[in-house]
Amino acid sequence: MNDRALLHILVIDANRIRASIIEEGLKEAGQARVTVIDEAKGLMRRIVELDPDVIVIDLESPNRDALEHMFQVSRAAKRPVAMFVDRTDDASIEAAIDAGVSAYVVDGLKKERIKPILDTAIRRFRAFERLRQELDQARSELSERKRIERAKGILMRTRNLSEESAYALLRSTAMQQNKRIAEIAESLITAARLLGEEEGT
Amino acid sequence: MNRVRAGDPNLVRMGFMPLTDCAPVVAASLLGFAEAEGLRVNLTKEASWATLRDRIAVRHLDAAHMLAPMPIAACLGLTPLADRLIVPLMLGFGGNTITVSRGLWADLKAAGAPTHLEAKGTVRALAEVVAERRRRGVAKLVFAVVHHHSAHTYQLSYWLAAAGIVPNVEIDIVAVPPPLMPAALAAGQIDGFCAGEPWGRVASVAGCGRCVTTNIAIWRASPEKVLGVAQDWAEADPERHFRLIRAVYKAAVWCDDPANREELARLLARPEIFDLPVPILQANLEGRIMIDDGEEIRVGGFLNFSASAATFPWKSNAAWFYSQMVRWGETKMSAEGYARAQATYRPDLHRTALAPLGVSLPTANAKIEGSIDVETAVPSTVGRLFLAPDSFFDGGVFDPEQIDAYLASQPVKAAAQR
Repeated sequence: MNDRALLHILVIDANRIRASIIEEGLKEAGQARVTVIDEAKGLMRRIVELDPDVIVIDLESPNRDALEHMFQVSRAAKRPVAMFVDRTDDASIEAAIDAGVSAYVVDGLKKERIKPILDTAIRRFRAFERLRQELDQARSELSERKRIERAKGILMRTRNLSEESAYALLRSTAMQQNKRIAEIAESLITAARLLGEEEGT
Repeated sequence: MNRVRAGDPNLVRMGFMPLTDCAPVVAASLLGFAEAEGLRVNLTKEASWATLRDRIAVRHLDAAHMLAPMPIAACLGLTPLADRLIVPLMLGFGGNTITVSRGLWADLKAAGAPTHLEAKGTVRALAEVVAERRRRGVAKLVFAVVHHHSAHTYQLSYWLAAAGIVPNVEIDIVAVPPPLMPAALAAGQIDGFCAGEPWGRVASVAGCGRCVTTNIAIWRASPEKVLGVAQDWAEADPERHFRLIRAVYKAAVWCDDPANREELARLLARPEIFDLPVPILQANLEGRIMIDDGEEIRVGGFLNFSASAATFPWKSNAAWFYSQMVRWGETKMSAEGYARAQATYRPDLHRTALAPLGVSLPTANAKIEGSIDVETAVPSTVGRLFLAPDSFFDGGVFDPEQIDAYLASQPVKAAAQR
């Protein structure tokens, strides 16, 4: 495939991590040249300069109206950047919106060339979303473990318990109250703070 | 697209953008008006009109707070993911300002612009500034609107063209998301904008903008936002659709009552709606426009939610927007397109839905826009109905039966058509 046949895809995303995940996916697929820009000032001018065949943008970007306006005015004034919302097929449009991604393509670009790009973008957006959820979960688990450690320490100090029995006490209290250990630990830390047993950190 | 969905038959999924005139939709959803009609509303704030449109197209949303020309453009196939949308209710008229940078304001003042928001004198001064910049070889001015198919685009273009300024030729028009307008003005990316409040006031308070006129100074009954509904959703259960119309109508009446302004301002100020200070929103609702150094002008009838049949979807409103789409080269005049544009607005559904409330509504579906200079009594379904003035600042009159003559008389047209 020569360079002229290679499509130029522009990824506009303020989230750099996600942008690079998408970039990597599109490059792996191997049918395209990929440029990534964030949503800084001068976005419209950059688009004109880069002259992409396809634009992939976060569905939640407030700049979509500005993009579409530019495409509309360009069509009326026969300026260079006339692009259209991708309409490859209804199923992929729905999948794209569900995944939170939106794509614009230049006029006349064939469906068969757009479809794999859009599919990749959708997969990568979803992958990023999963990654984000896992990270959030990992973060909250980490802080839960820290809280439990602190609650154990309070019990060990104030009631002269071993680490093991401190944990057992937390666990049995949680079971009795039908709560999670982390929640019991949280209440204990708050109570200890109120009673001046634990310095706020 | 799969448009069948299971679940709660009384659920309505509605979207909105953070602009003051989302008030009837937000109030209907959050203050119990929808509930009283047996509806459960899932209300979501959207980041762009494009996303709101896409979500209706794939039926994440059933209805939304929309720009008045948007459903018309969709039905004409002028927008991506074109869809059949109908407008059973207007979310009022007025509410926009044209705000310019402090630098441009200084030039306008030097060119004799009036200080009190008067449309004609201001645009005359603007025409002089534009001509002077051309003589001196200074870059073109850039004005922003919120979306291409917005009342703002057509109001701004109409206003500019009346003074002989050709939009997109002598002044560039770009789109900027409303909450980003003040920052774009401060950064010098744009020289002015036409947007719904509170963004003009936010720019004034920040010291980067000066409000120079309002949309009601340009067209006194200028339609602004609408309740756009997916036609198949409306037809799937007409009674549910009527309940939605009634809920939003009652909310609009509530929003118009001065006694409720403070509560409405507090509701809109919430983080999930505007996330702005209450006084800014309250000033908008009271029609207080900030001019120089904190001085304010109270503009009568600046924002109208329900009074003077403000919720009534006049076919002549849709027709005027169509005339402007033709004027600016977005579509070609055709009998079929004209009929389709007018069919988007549904006064018939408005009347049917509100019949049980005994509301006084016009018996006509269309009026001659720009023909009412003083408050005038018109034939109505029940009781007495007065319409507020609807004149254009340049004295223009739009008879929807005479669209060809109207278009021929418009002084300035799109660059491509000249």
